[in-house]
Amino acid sequence: MSVMQMASGEHAPARYHPATRFGVTGFGFYVYLLSDAILFSALFAIFAVLKGATAGGPGAQALFDVKNVGWETACLLTSSFVGGLAMLAAEARRRLPLILSLGAVFLLGLGFLSLEIHEFLGMIHAGAGPDRSAFLSAFFALVGAHGLHITVGLVWIILLLIHVQTMGFSASYRRRLFCFSLFWHVLDIVWIAIFTFVYLLGVQS
Amino acid sequence: MTDTASRAPIQLRTPGTDVRGTVGPWSSYLTGFVLAAALTAASFWLATGHMLTPASLVAALVVLAIGQMLVHLIFFLHITTAPAQKTNILALLVTLLIIGLMVIGSLWIMSQLNVHMMPMDRLMQMQR
Repeated sequence: MSVMQMASGEHAPARYHPATRFGVTGFGFYVYLLSDAILFSALFAIFAVLKGATAGGPGAQALFDVKNVGWETACLLTSSFVGGLAMLAAEARRRLPLILSLGAVFLLGLGFLSLEIHEFLGMIHAGAGPDRSAFLSAFFALVGAHGLHITVGLVWIILLLIHVQTMGFSASYRRRLFCFSLFWHVLDIVWIAIFTFVYLLGVQS
Repeated sequence: MTDTASRAPIQLRTPGTDVRGTVGPWSSYLTGFVLAAALTAASFWLATGHMLTPASLVAALVVLAIGQMLVHLIFFLHITTAPAQKTNILALLVTLLIIGLMVIGSLWIMSQLNVHMMPMDRLMQMQR
């Protein structure tokens, strides 16, 4: 079909559906998350380059506690799964399961964050803060950026809980919860890369 | 062209905005959770045990990480190869290309610079 025909209305594509707002917002947020992945990959590249630049300070083997990382991973993976259940509860418009599952996601995210802050504070007290070496600067930048995203996600959960209490299940609620679940799942994907390349492979060398 | 277009039974939508299947059945979340947990446990088990040589451990952990990411993409984010999701897949592939260029390029350039750089003590002597 030529452009002229389309302009004159001949053979107009009758099966063409305009995009829904849900679809457009979801796709836009998905593109943002892809750009966020590029940001994280830059931080990963920096970390990989500076991995050996410990400047005589402690290295990965002396600093990282794999057991702690395991608990962090368990928190985040479970919260990703429960986040999926929250989406299903919202689709079924069931308020109590939604509040319970969102609350569980919040608590698991909080558990992850407190483990991470505990680890960071322990390292800083041991004299291995971000100012110690290029390796530690890159480590705190990468893992800290992920932790900041998690913090934003926790604030977002509180807003979602307030939203469903005050305004119920509106079209905008469905959209926002969908964007949040995309955000949370992608943060879990970034964490997979962090625990594999930073922690598990870090303690080997 | 007009004939095929008018006969085509598919429903056209604006590219990339198809959200059918974005909320899967709960069984898909459960499958994803079990698979991801098993792969994660395997990663930690291999890394803390000492049953692999260093080189094969790196390979195994990288493969397991890619597997976990695929499980998340398929069972949690519900990204599929369905024609309706073509734009989603294309955006993902372009992102992977950029990430690959950035990470591999950075490592390559920096290691080359490292190899070709004059040893630090001689560099310091020249500056005096």
